Amino acid sequence: MYSASETIIELRNTEVVFDMSRGVSRVLDNVDLDIRRGEILGVVGESGSGKSMLASAMLDAVVDPGILSGQITYYPDDGDPVNVLGLSDEELRRLRWEDISMVFQGAMSSFNPTMSVKGHFVETLEAHEYDREEGMERAHELLSDLYLDPERVLESYPHELSGGMRQRALIALSVVLEPDLLVMDEPTAALDLLMQRSILSLLEGLKEKYDLTMVFITHDLPLVAELANRMAVMYAFELVEKGSTDEILQNAAHPYTRALLNSTPNLDAPLSEMTSIEGSAPDPVNVPEGCSYHPRCPLADEQCVAEAPDFHDVSSSHQVECFHWEDAAEAIPFNIEQPSSPEEGEAR
Amino acid sequence: MSVDTHPDYEGRDPLVSLEDVEVHFEESSGLFDFSEPEVVRAVDGVDLDIFEQDVVALVGESGCGKTTLGKTTIGLQRPTGGSVSYRGQDIWDAKDGKGDVEIPYKDIRSSLQIIHQDPGSSLNPNRRVMKILEAPLKRWQSQMSAGDRRGQVLSMLEEVGMTPPDDYAGRYPHQLSGGEKQRVALVRALLMDPDLILADEAVSALDVSLRVEMMDLMLDLQEKFDTSFVFVSHDLSNARYFAAHSGGRIGVMYLGELVEIGPAEKIINNPQHPYTKVLRWATPDLTPDGASSDKPPVRKIDIPDPKNPPPGCRFHTRCPEARQVCMEQTPPEYTTEEFHETKCFREDDSHEYWSSPQITDDENEADQLYSEADD
Repeated sequence: MYSASETIIELRNTEVVFDMSRGVSRVLDNVDLDIRRGEILGVVGESGSGKSMLASAMLDAVVDPGILSGQITYYPDDGDPVNVLGLSDEELRRLRWEDISMVFQGAMSSFNPTMSVKGHFVETLEAHEYDREEGMERAHELLSDLYLDPERVLESYPHELSGGMRQRALIALSVVLEPDLLVMDEPTAALDLLMQRSILSLLEGLKEKYDLTMVFITHDLPLVAELANRMAVMYAFELVEKGSTDEILQNAAHPYTRALLNSTPNLDAPLSEMTSIEGSAPDPVNVPEGCSYHPRCPLADEQCVAEAPDFHDVSSSHQVECFHWEDAAEAIPFNIEQPSSPEEGEAR
Repeated sequence: MSVDTHPDYEGRDPLVSLEDVEVHFEESSGLFDFSEPEVVRAVDGVDLDIFEQDVVALVGESGCGKTTLGKTTIGLQRPTGGSVSYRGQDIWDAKDGKGDVEIPYKDIRSSLQIIHQDPGSSLNPNRRVMKILEAPLKRWQSQMSAGDRRGQVLSMLEEVGMTPPDDYAGRYPHQLSGGEKQRVALVRALLMDPDLILADEAVSALDVSLRVEMMDLMLDLQEKFDTSFVFVSHDLSNARYFAAHSGGRIGVMYLGELVEIGPAEKIINNPQHPYTKVLRWATPDLTPDGASSDKPPVRKIDIPDPKNPPPGCRFHTRCPEARQVCMEQTPPEYTTEEFHETKCFREDDSHEYWSSPQITDDENEADQLYSEADD
């Protein structure tokens, strides 16, 4: 019924700045992003690329003294669009967790160490005036969906659970109020690979069962590539490329994305061809003029130094911020043989 | 690197040799608690030889004992059973002064070095890089003049690509990036001219794009200084990168046991143990039609409690291939091919495993199984 049902949250010209003694630090720079209902979007970037700021911005949860500006619109399933930055404190409190929920990395610091896991569920349900009995039933089901024994986990204190169990309990807690959108910031970063992959496959099941939209923020491109339908790549506090996962993996058009893919140790890549990216990521106070990647980019020319590129369409579902995107594939060849059939990519 | 170019281990004396090593930690019980203290079996029955210019990468989940085994290898952790020897000298006999000590403990200690996981907390924040790096030289080579010492520190900094070295030597750790801190830790280990360095998750804390660079640097230095490495990682692709480039081996650990060890490319391309196959599944793969996010190929995703490891084959509670016999008998090491050993009955075509009934978890039982905790 609602024309905007395609998009669940829309970010326009979103910026976060910190005033620092050394100058203004722009840690999120003019980000435009639409998140579509029912998708899993992977946001990828190195540490210090602004990806966590993007997550905080979606919930208007940027810490002081950061200043968030721009337009963030949330489109609920039913009802009018919500201007997230214009909400009162009370409205914002309701929006968070009930509509948009967030999982941070490091479950240990998200839990109160002196309260049992059950206490966390009860407190959350009561704070949002949800029916406690119904809510706890949902909690049981969510925990078993995440391969946990509900009775035992609910009785436990956070320190009694292993890292992987704790992180799964936190995911269950974040979904217990039935939000539409789940934003996860490095939800698996401190865990070992087997647990990371297991959680990813459980998340996929959770998304289907509870009709969730997910944003998964990570530095680990190969990990999220398994899960996400669409990916957005951040470099130096900006989005530099967005597109379907297959298009990014097979046909990344930004030199940075290509270099990032090539620098990732991979079991299928020939050993000799893994390369690291020369240079280092810029300081937020002193981001290079023009295209922020130009000091590290093999394709950079005067134009890249002089002006910042806009988004160019590679295809209808794939955009890149680069003047030379058409040459990127040739200049930075992939080191793994990708099965290059575009039809297959679109079919997915 | 293929196995053909593998250094031939035959006839070479191991640098460090572990025999039937076990490390059990007793959990301290309360003052008035007279019950049996609980024992965490961090490492159990491990045999491992490390040669000169050798690389062994240890992989496994958190809590599998890979770091404890690494620390035991370099003599930082005293084993509760079995022996660890350095060039034939038992390390702990040397420390205790038992028997004829041929190699003094002091020499062993400086020959076996470590790079910690978190470079931020392994460097003193109140000291400049020069001071940090001079300290071990002052301690172990006290006859060296101050000028020589500084010269050596500077040349090592240059060696690891921290140029200009004078500038870096004057900095405090917080003025270095994560990769640079890890290089300082590497220099500190190398200044002792060690035979073996334990790199404990040395690249895990770095950004993905910096990991290859750091591993390349360690590989370069390995060649230049003839150092052996024990490389501990939970990430199979890092372990493969590091071990395969140096013609080394990968050892897979599960609940304190070494369940499979072999040449890196063999472990990656021809894994034998079901657990190694699970780790292979867990390693992300960039080809879109590669591993898809299907269900984990284990019967349950949490690792059992190391205080009370399952009887028989320790992996039987999660193993997709487990049969009745796996609950009852402990598999020995089978040699699959040269230098490739696997602890699994499936290696033996005539074993009763093949006629043993499959283990099935019914629903109720499965719930109980999930409730076993690690940590």
